[in-house]
Amino acid sequence: MKVGFDLAMMKGLKKWRLFSMLAALVFFLAACGQEQISTLTPRGPVASEQFDLLILSTAIMTFVIIVVVVIYVLALMKFRRSKVGENTIPEQVEGNTKLEIVWTIVPIILLLILAVPTVWLTYKQAEVSGMEQVDEEGNKTALTVNVTAKLYWWEFEYPDLGIVTAQELVVPTGEKVYFNLKAADVKHSFWIPSIGGKLDTNVENVNKFYLEFDKESEGLKDGVFYGKCAELCGPSHALMDFKVKTLSPEDFDEWVAVAQEEVPAPSEESEDLGEQLFVSNSCIGCHATSGVAAANQRGPSLATFGDRNRIAGFLEHNEENLKGWIKNSQEYKEGNLMPVYPDLTDEELNALAAYLMGLSVENRE
Amino acid sequence: MSAIAQKKGFGSALWDWLTTVDHKKIAILYLASGGFFFVVGGIEAMLIRIQLAVPDNSFLSAGLYNEILTMHGTTMIFLAAMPILFGYMNAVVPLQIGARDVAFPFLNSLGFWLFFFGGIFLNLSWFMGGAPDAGWTSYASLSLYSPGHGIDFYALGLQISGAGTYIAGINFLVTIINMRAPGMTYMRMPLFTWTTFVASALILFAFPPLTIGLFFLIFDRMFGANFFDHTMGGNTIIWEHLFWIFGHPEVYILILPAFGIFSEIFAIFSRKRLFGYSAMVFATVLIGFLGFMVWAHHMFTVGLGPTANAIFAVATMAIAVPTGVKIFNWLLTIWGGSIKVTTPMLYALGFIPSFVAGGVTGVMQAAAPLDYQLHDSYFIVAHFHYVIVGGVVLAILAGLHLYWPLMFNTMLSEKLGKITFWFFFLGFHATFFIQHFLGLMGMPRRVYTFIEGQGWDLFNFISSMGAILMAIGVIVLVINIVMTTVKNVPVGNDPWKDGRTLEWAIPQPVPFYNFKRTPLVRGLDTFWIEKQEGNKEGMSYAEPLSDIHMPNNSFIPFVMSLGLFIAAFGALYNGEKAWAVPVLVIGLGITLASMATRSLKDDHGYHIHKEDLMDHKGGNY
Amino acid sequence: MAEEVKYTPQTWPEHPETANLEGKNKFLGFWLFLGGETVLFASLFATYLALKNKGPEGMEFTTQSLFELPLVFVMTMLLLTSSLTSVYAMYHMKNFNFRGVQTWMAITVLLGFGFLALEIYEFYHYVHIGFTYSQSAFSSSFFTLVGTHGLHVVIGLGWIILLMLRNAKRGLSIYTAQKYYTASLYWHFIDVVWVFIFTVVYLMGVMS
Repeated sequence: MKVGFDLAMMKGLKKWRLFSMLAALVFFLAACGQEQISTLTPRGPVASEQFDLLILSTAIMTFVIIVVVVIYVLALMKFRRSKVGENTIPEQVEGNTKLEIVWTIVPIILLLILAVPTVWLTYKQAEVSGMEQVDEEGNKTALTVNVTAKLYWWEFEYPDLGIVTAQELVVPTGEKVYFNLKAADVKHSFWIPSIGGKLDTNVENVNKFYLEFDKESEGLKDGVFYGKCAELCGPSHALMDFKVKTLSPEDFDEWVAVAQEEVPAPSEESEDLGEQLFVSNSCIGCHATSGVAAANQRGPSLATFGDRNRIAGFLEHNEENLKGWIKNSQEYKEGNLMPVYPDLTDEELNALAAYLMGLSVENRE
Repeated sequence: MSAIAQKKGFGSALWDWLTTVDHKKIAILYLASGGFFFVVGGIEAMLIRIQLAVPDNSFLSAGLYNEILTMHGTTMIFLAAMPILFGYMNAVVPLQIGARDVAFPFLNSLGFWLFFFGGIFLNLSWFMGGAPDAGWTSYASLSLYSPGHGIDFYALGLQISGAGTYIAGINFLVTIINMRAPGMTYMRMPLFTWTTFVASALILFAFPPLTIGLFFLIFDRMFGANFFDHTMGGNTIIWEHLFWIFGHPEVYILILPAFGIFSEIFAIFSRKRLFGYSAMVFATVLIGFLGFMVWAHHMFTVGLGPTANAIFAVATMAIAVPTGVKIFNWLLTIWGGSIKVTTPMLYALGFIPSFVAGGVTGVMQAAAPLDYQLHDSYFIVAHFHYVIVGGVVLAILAGLHLYWPLMFNTMLSEKLGKITFWFFFLGFHATFFIQHFLGLMGMPRRVYTFIEGQGWDLFNFISSMGAILMAIGVIVLVINIVMTTVKNVPVGNDPWKDGRTLEWAIPQPVPFYNFKRTPLVRGLDTFWIEKQEGNKEGMSYAEPLSDIHMPNNSFIPFVMSLGLFIAAFGALYNGEKAWAVPVLVIGLGITLASMATRSLKDDHGYHIHKEDLMDHKGGNY
Repeated sequence: MAEEVKYTPQTWPEHPETANLEGKNKFLGFWLFLGGETVLFASLFATYLALKNKGPEGMEFTTQSLFELPLVFVMTMLLLTSSLTSVYAMYHMKNFNFRGVQTWMAITVLLGFGFLALEIYEFYHYVHIGFTYSQSAFSSSFFTLVGTHGLHVVIGLGWIILLMLRNAKRGLSIYTAQKYYTASLYWHFIDVVWVFIFTVVYLMGVMS
């Protein structure tokens, strides 16, 4: 009975080989996926730490797999019945205490190597006391966003700035942004893969965490990072996407200043047919058009509609889709809570679409 | 005993199946109905992969997709994997420990019929207004919100079949503790018996929390309770805890018997004693124990706080140690052996790398901060399919080939079996390996479609192609079963020639009373010991030939389960249809009346007399 | 075989409930079943503790305003005593005294009914003042926990009555002794659960 082979194999796997394998692994993983949505291309410290944990655990686990596979292949090559003879009765070995100890202790050591950074990061990433910090004048030092997840859209409230938007999260780069997460109807989960792991939005309590955004989103494929709902929440769970626009601190301040401006409420007396329709069809009952309207609206705020990358979080942002959506949103997003408007004429739809596309913070005159 | 040999008409044959309390027949019932549900769940899986083969697909609507996805998971776990394993346990464990039957033959039958009616009830949802659509986990806020009766079918159906599972669990525990043949000490029990034992203990303690969770759901949805309605003070996280306190041990309820089957296979087809038997037993018990300590690792993203997350992360990692012990002991079992690659062995050999891959991704997800990224993404889908398909389903297919001659006295075609293996095995890896990367690339799980241009198109297509290979494998298997059954070539006992434990020593077809004389167990792998010593009979005996006490067949388990099945419709339509309450009462009445009948009647069973036993062919005296 | 033998007090085994394999199986199986039941009640207790006093905003009901210890104390005494009387029944079973078994089981049943009547009164009272099953998460979890126990009492009573009726003619045998024994085990379990309900729900509710 040869029992020394696996130890010999471990020695054979020299360190430099492991490292070069690791490098290859990182390279391979990073080649996977798209920058705006992949956990393999972390664009913030939270996701980076998690990515490092991924690499560490993958390396340890690859080592385990290699050990197993080597023994496995050797056994299969050496001990096939065709090799050892049809009538051979192998020695009936009971076991080997030394070996049992080895393959108990070695995994424990490997797991400890993983457990230490795991526990450390668990506490680090749960640290949200910075949310409450204030400067000498009593103003919050960090940006906080209240996220409310609703059947199939996201509301973003900036409580300290008085701004409420929906579907597209606008945040500054290079600083910790704190989040209060909550669901208004059923449970959802808030996830921006390139920026950091997810946290559930529960119906009965507020969950808090922070994310940090390293990179401005402008150069990305669609100019935005992708956010997802990660908890099954009904038929259109798959379409409950949101987008994240990351701006330099200066650009962000500029955006905030514009968004905080009051805009006159839409009026039925307006000369704009679209604006009239927006009021007469009671769109205004659910949708705000001002960035400083109250939070917890029934429908997403449309204050930044013209700036958005997508309609309803996933459709290409053009008037065609918008008109289709208004007319029969159920066809696009099964189970969403917006009424359908099949009776609007083409002219009315055109006017409405044009009006909505004009609602903007970025391009406000 | 002329009745045994008598040819039966269809009616009396059917009656025999409906009333049987023989563990060997109940095993076949479990296997057949579990197999049926396996095919149903498989078709659902294929629909899922067709829908996801290309982006923006409209093959299935969003709502229907969620129903299929929910039913796929629920069916595979509760109605396919567990019952099929119960089938093997029923077929093998009593024989393996030298018993004439299980401890409670009547309850054995009751357990089966409860599972069966629960499963049928659940699947009737397809024809009665829509299936459940909140995932197999049925998280409370969504399951309360879900319109229609789908969730009600889920809760009531699982309640009924869960009761059956619970009963089966107790039955196996008592059987293994009390019914072992003389000499069959705990440390001589074959690994399949050991894993059945531990899995049954898990059932005993894991199913009650599910029962309570389901009752809360039923009461909330049908009887006006407020357990999960937060506006009334309720809390949906309670459901998550109860579900996972059940749900995590459930994984081990499935995988431990699978480990048992593979332990048998490695020993048999290496012609070698299982390496490190005591360590294997210890690891099994430890895995079962730890299985109850780790449920919150399914809830890392719920917001339980860093302390809970850290504790559960470390506890979860700890499970990797006994599991690793098992893997290395299996490797050392084949090391130095004489490996014969039969179909069961092929599955066992395929299991090692597949399960190791599933295991290591489990450890990765135990690292809580990393799990924030992996949780509810396609990575987790890949992980649990590696564990469940790479572990449990491969064991089920291996066990099918291994135990088919024991159950039916004929052998499945080895050639077709190997064809099935290669299609299934390669298809499985093609389907699921790539899903790890989809998850890492940001694809959430349980999405009915995905939008083009997110970098997921190719991998999803490959995954769907893999699923087709798996389907081909299963079709070949079905052909194999049909052909084998038609040919029906008897093979006798010890068809693999290298059987080591008592079940292979018993003559084929197995007499309905199992052992004519209770065997004496002389060590681990007692049949092997007898064979090596040249004992042609393969068994030593602990007693002289004497009368055998047998239980009577009974129709009561069927009726009792039927009553609950009927009552479930009443509960489902409570407050909606005028007939609901009467039906509920009638159904429960039927069940209670049959319980009373059982209690009031004296049922002492019957005896097979010594003289009849001597004449009975296939005997061993 | 057991069922054919006519026993006398002299030949009657010391542990009739486990005198044959079936008895041993039932004995063990029932203990295991009670293990599962314990987990069942543990889940209910945990839920109750999580939802205690939780309800819609401005809910007036609390454990302090609701529970009245004197009534619950009487209920507790009734059930504890009934547990004791079922022990007497088992004592007589060991001595092969069938009349003793029946008599003490009957007393057990009467005490059980006394408990049940008071519980029904208690529930009726709560519903009457507006603390209904649907009133809040608190009420749902309270009624489900205490009601599940109450259901066990009902089942236990039905079981014992059925046993007494069916065995009135049959008398004591190994076969019937097993049935009495498991029923009495079940009754003890019900009693133990009540002790926990009394402590966790009522005492802790009134104190805190």
